[in-house]
Amino acid sequence: MTTSTESQGTAPARREPGDVILQVRDLRTYFYTRAGIVKAVDGIDFDLRQGETLGIVGESGCGKSMTARSLLRLVPKPAGRIVSGQIILQGEDLVQKSEEEMRQVRGKRISMILQDPQTSLNPLYTIGNQLREALGQTHREGTRNMVQRAIDALRSVNVAAPERRMHDYPHQMSGGMKQRVVGAIAISCEPAVIIADEPTTALDVTIQLQYLRLLKEIQESTGLAIIFITHDFGVVARMCDRVAVMYAGRIVEQGPVRDIFNSPSHPYTEALIASVPKLEERVEWLYSIEGQPPLLRDLPPGCRFAPRCTEARDQCIAEYPSSYQLNPNHSADCWRLDSSWQ
Amino acid sequence: MEVSLPTPAQSDSQESRVIRILREARRYPVIPILILLVILIIPAIFAPWIAPYHPVDDGSLPNRLKPPVWAEGGTWDHVLGTDKQGRDILSRIIHGAKYVLLVSLSVIFVSGLIGVSLGLIAGYFGGWIDNLIMRGVDVFLAIPAILLALALVTSRGPSFGVVIFVICFILWSRYARQVRGEVLAIKNQDFVARARVVGATHFRVIVRHILPNVFNTIIVLATLQVGFVILLEAILSFLGAGIPRPTPAWGLLVSEGRELVISGKGWQLSLFPGVAIVLVVLSFNLLGDWLRDRLDPKQRNL
Repeated sequence: MTTSTESQGTAPARREPGDVILQVRDLRTYFYTRAGIVKAVDGIDFDLRQGETLGIVGESGCGKSMTARSLLRLVPKPAGRIVSGQIILQGEDLVQKSEEEMRQVRGKRISMILQDPQTSLNPLYTIGNQLREALGQTHREGTRNMVQRAIDALRSVNVAAPERRMHDYPHQMSGGMKQRVVGAIAISCEPAVIIADEPTTALDVTIQLQYLRLLKEIQESTGLAIIFITHDFGVVARMCDRVAVMYAGRIVEQGPVRDIFNSPSHPYTEALIASVPKLEERVEWLYSIEGQPPLLRDLPPGCRFAPRCTEARDQCIAEYPSSYQLNPNHSADCWRLDSSWQ
Repeated sequence: MEVSLPTPAQSDSQESRVIRILREARRYPVIPILILLVILIIPAIFAPWIAPYHPVDDGSLPNRLKPPVWAEGGTWDHVLGTDKQGRDILSRIIHGAKYVLLVSLSVIFVSGLIGVSLGLIAGYFGGWIDNLIMRGVDVFLAIPAILLALALVTSRGPSFGVVIFVICFILWSRYARQVRGEVLAIKNQDFVARARVVGATHFRVIVRHILPNVFNTIIVLATLQVGFVILLEAILSFLGAGIPRPTPAWGLLVSEGRELVISGKGWQLSLFPGVAIVLVVLSFNLLGDWLRDRLDPKQRNL
């Protein structure tokens, strides 16, 4: 496995942007509950290129995980439903696909690493068994070949002594090891896109970095695209090429990671970045954003951040701003960017 | 400071083979298995050969209500004494084992199959399917089973089939309820989502990932139900809606001796079948406990 020297720095390796493989247009996923319609994902757009890492950042409950699940069409039924939009993966719209066709997509072309390694593996089966289950979706081969493939998959995520580990049960492994196995399962069928839904939140800080590095290495050797869901801006800076900031079911700002950090254009992004504690400064109080995000079943008509925004005006509360392009890659939804402001 | 510690290795080499075998046997529930073999399984299969008398035909009125051998007036001819018609109680218990085994196994299998399947479906899919099935469960729990049994018996006559049908009718809903509850907790765990992510079908997720995880509950419930089934069968028999007389089902034997226990003239009639029921139920429960531990990979290495 050749790893380019670039990846050793903390900044993500710059690479030639590949072709767009995933386009999401105006995706809306609503939950129909007794209390009302919960708009978990309310009209989001983004593109993902081959070999690229897109970070989706936001507070808890802003719709990040539901975005991920929507992409795989695994919205919890029966309450949840994708009500509109397009998910175009390599030219095919996943929203239009039947359940049977979706099964051919899951795992093979788009896969996912879930948040909690403790529950991501079935406690009753050995990990070798679970790896073979995933592999069995694409490969119909004899047991011997499958075992070899499973061992190779474990080796690719740096599990030591994979032949022996194959016979272990999940409870015999540490959290970091389990998450690697989960990673191995996710990449075992060589998907084009992997969604990593906060893969490191349940891990020790020391293991987190290792895991992120591993993901990066796998990406470099296979050229897969990663959607990285997190609430940790530190991880974003380390991992991602581009960032989409989500707030209350919408992407409020997206752009290259440098642009977002150097010139955040949405007040929410600014506030999020300001709330990351800095090692080199000594402060009395950590910065926090006042108030709570709006209820997703009772959204204000205007900008969703307006009630918490220090610069909000009447205009912000009355009407949702349109998207403003700051440069071809960087856009934000905020009235401040309109020419009529000031 | 010198502390003298006992050396645990000492006894190792001196251990005889017998002790080693006994130690190995401790990992298995030997006593419950033995009890079940001796009083349930062997009699159920070999009753005609091991029972000293015929359970129904060998009664003689002069011999009625003989006490067991150790009580005053008892003889070795009738080890556990005789009943009102002079039939040998031991023989009746031995022949009854077959019915106990048949009724409890078939009821538990049938009601378990129905209840577990519906519980899995209700819990996994949720929504209107869940509502439909669980309201069905409520309805079934609300129907008075005894009344239903009596109605069926009056219209069709008492039979083995009616007993099994009625008990299944009562029991399946318990499985459904319990399993549904467990499934609700399990289906939200990430490994279910992970299985879906790599392209597993709903059927596969249910059978391979959810069912094995509720299996412990099913085992425990099933072993607990054995006692309940035997008792229900006894109740039905008592009301004349059970297995028709003179079949020596254990529940029937207990209920036959009821008035004699109260009057003090024939305590052996109810006591011995009762003891058999207690031992069988207890053994099944112990076996269930052991099985549950064995099926849990976390406990397997202990």
